[in-house]
Amino acid sequence: MSTPANGKIYGLMAEFDSPAAILHAAEKVRDAGYHRWDAFTPFPIHGMDKVMKLGNSLVGWVSLAMGAGAFLSVVGLIWFTNAFDYPLIVGGKPMFSVPMTFVPSYIMLIMGGAVGALVGMLGLNQLPRLHHPLLGKKRFALVSRDKFILVIGAQDEKFCATETKRLLESFGGTRVEIVEDED
Amino acid sequence: MADAVTNLEELKRLAPPAELRRAPVVEGKPGLGALTDKLSAFAEAKTPRWWWILFLPAAFAATVIFPTCLFYQVFTGVGVWGNNHPVMWGLDIVNFIWWVGVAHAGTLISALLFLTKQHWRTTIGRMAEAMTVFSVMMAGLYPAIHVGRAWFDWFMFPVPNSNDLWPQFRSPLMWDVFAVNTYLVVSMLFWFMGMIPDFAILRDRSTTRIRKTIFSFLAMGWTGSARQWHNYEKAYVVLCGLCTLLVFTVSSIVGLDFCTAQIAGWHATIFPLYFVIGAVFCGFGMMLVLLIPLRKLCNLENIITKSHIATVAKLALVSGLIIDYIYLMEFFIAWYSGDPYERWVFGHRLFGHTYMVLGWTLIGINVCVTQLLWFKKIRSNLLALFIIGLLINCGMWSERFVIVVGSLYQDFLPANWGKYMPTIWDIGLYVGTLGAFFMLYLLFVKFLPVIAISEVKGVMPEADPHHKLGGAKTGGEK
Repeated sequence: MSTPANGKIYGLMAEFDSPAAILHAAEKVRDAGYHRWDAFTPFPIHGMDKVMKLGNSLVGWVSLAMGAGAFLSVVGLIWFTNAFDYPLIVGGKPMFSVPMTFVPSYIMLIMGGAVGALVGMLGLNQLPRLHHPLLGKKRFALVSRDKFILVIGAQDEKFCATETKRLLESFGGTRVEIVEDED
Repeated sequence: MADAVTNLEELKRLAPPAELRRAPVVEGKPGLGALTDKLSAFAEAKTPRWWWILFLPAAFAATVIFPTCLFYQVFTGVGVWGNNHPVMWGLDIVNFIWWVGVAHAGTLISALLFLTKQHWRTTIGRMAEAMTVFSVMMAGLYPAIHVGRAWFDWFMFPVPNSNDLWPQFRSPLMWDVFAVNTYLVVSMLFWFMGMIPDFAILRDRSTTRIRKTIFSFLAMGWTGSARQWHNYEKAYVVLCGLCTLLVFTVSSIVGLDFCTAQIAGWHATIFPLYFVIGAVFCGFGMMLVLLIPLRKLCNLENIITKSHIATVAKLALVSGLIIDYIYLMEFFIAWYSGDPYERWVFGHRLFGHTYMVLGWTLIGINVCVTQLLWFKKIRSNLLALFIIGLLINCGMWSERFVIVVGSLYQDFLPANWGKYMPTIWDIGLYVGTLGAFFMLYLLFVKFLPVIAISEVKGVMPEADPHHKLGGAKTGGEK
C-alpha cells in the first residue's frame, strides 16, 4: 500500500464477496464509531439503510412539494385564463369552479411529482457529477458487477490509515486499498 | 446441530409441492457476475444479421414513408385523408387511441407490478417501458396533425399572446393535451431513471473510449453507494405510484373525449373504464409480439422465461375478459335504453353491411380467440402466443375503428349519412408510425440495456443477505 503522490487521501476501500458479508462489515464499522463511510453495492441491500441509520429519504417530500406546487399553479392558471383575464362562458356555468380545474391540475400534479422524484433523487445524491475519486480505482468497476465495497472516508475523525486498514481486514475485507483524492 | 437438521426437514415437509412453487425469476442459477455478462452481452456484441434484416425495412418506413405522408398531409391539408363529413374522425383518431393503448400495458407491467412486488416483472419491465415511450411518441403525433393546421398547435398550450387567446379548460380535448404530454414526459423520466444504474454497469464494462464517454455521461456519476440506492429506491416507488395513476388517467381522458359527445354509441358512462381496459389488453398483445421473438433473438431465454411469458398471457386473458364483459354491457344497455338511435348503431356494428367485417373481427378475436388463453397448452406454446398477440392488436384496432367510424357514419339524420374509406395517405402514415416505432425499438434493443440488469440481480437469492446464497450462515431455499 503506497501513499499517493500529492499526499491527499480520499479514504480506504475494502472488498467483500456477498451481501451478508458487507452488511455484517457495515455493522462493525458503525459500532467502531465511524461516521463518514459508505457501502457500494450492485443493488440495494436489504437492511443496509437501517444499519447506516439513513432514516426516511427526502425524495418523497421533494416530489410532494413539486407535485403540490404544480397542482396549485394549474388551478391558478385556469382561474386566471378562464375566469379573470378573459372570462369564458361555457354552457352558462360559473366562470370558475373547483371541479372544472381538477383534471388538468391533477395531471400536472403527476408531472410535477415525477419531475420532483427524479430531480430530488439526483439532487440528494449530488448527481450528475463527472468524476468521483472512487471511479478512478480499477477494482471499483466491479461494484456494478458482483463485488461489494466498503469505503471509510479519510475525513472521518477516527480515520487512521493503519488502524482503519486493520479494522477492515479484521472482519473479512480483502484488497484493502488507499483511494487517492485527485482534487 | 441435530435440532437444525430436524428443523430443515420440518421446513422441507411444510414447503409447497413442486407444482405450486413459484417459478424462479431467472433459470439456470447463474451467479451475479455471469448474469451481468449475459444481460449486457447484447448491447456489447457485434450487431447480428437479424437485427439489420428487421431494422432496414423499419427504418425505410420511418424515414421515407413516414415523412412523405406527414409532409404531404401538413402541406396540403386534412383533405388528403378519407376524413369528410360526417366522419370527421377517421384513421388518425383510431390510430391515436390504438397507440395510446399499446403504451398502457408497458406502464402497467413496470409500475403496477412493481408496487405489487411481482419479482418477475424485473425481467421484462425495461422492454415494456420502452414500448410505452415509443408508442406514446407515435400517439402524440396524431392529434397534433389531425387539427389540420399543425403550425397552430401552440394554441393548445396556455401561452400568453397578443390575441388574448386561452385554452378552454372545461373540454376533455384540452385535458387530453395535458394527459398525453404528461404521459410522454413521465414515462420517459421513469424509463431513464431506471436505466441510470445500468448505464453505470455498461460504463464500468466498456472497453472502448467512446463507449466509456457516452455511458459515463448517461450514468451521471452513479457509484451505487448505499446512500444513492436509498434515495433511488424512494424515487422509484414514488414514480411507480405516479405512473400507475397515469395508466388509469390517460385513457380515461381519451374515453371522455368520446362520452361527452352526444353521438349514439359514444355517449356512455362506461367509456373511461372501457378505454383503459382496452388499452391494457391491446398492450399485452403487443408485449407478446415483442417479447417472444426478442427473447430468442437476443439469447435471453433463461431470463424472460416461458413462465414469465405465460404470466403475460394470463394478464392478457384477464383484461380480455373484462373487455368482453364491457361489450356485453354495451349491447345490453343499447337494447335496454330503448333509444332507437343507440339500438340502430349497435345493431349496425354487427349487421350493417358497411363495416360488419370489422365488427365481427373484434368479436371473433377479442371475445373468441382470447378464450384460448385459458388453456395451459396454449400459454406454453410460444408460436400460438405470438399469433394471438398479433391478433389481439388487430382486434383492438378494429374495435377502435368500429367505435370511431361506426358511430359517426350514420348519425341522427339519414340525410347526413355517409361512408368513410381511408386513403393511401391514411394508411401510409400508419405504416410510417409502425416503422418509426419498430426502428426506435430496435435501436433501443441494440444500444441500451434491454433488461434492467441491477433490478434482476437485486431479486436473485444471491442478493438477499439473509439467504444462504447471499452469504448468510443460515437460511436457504425459500
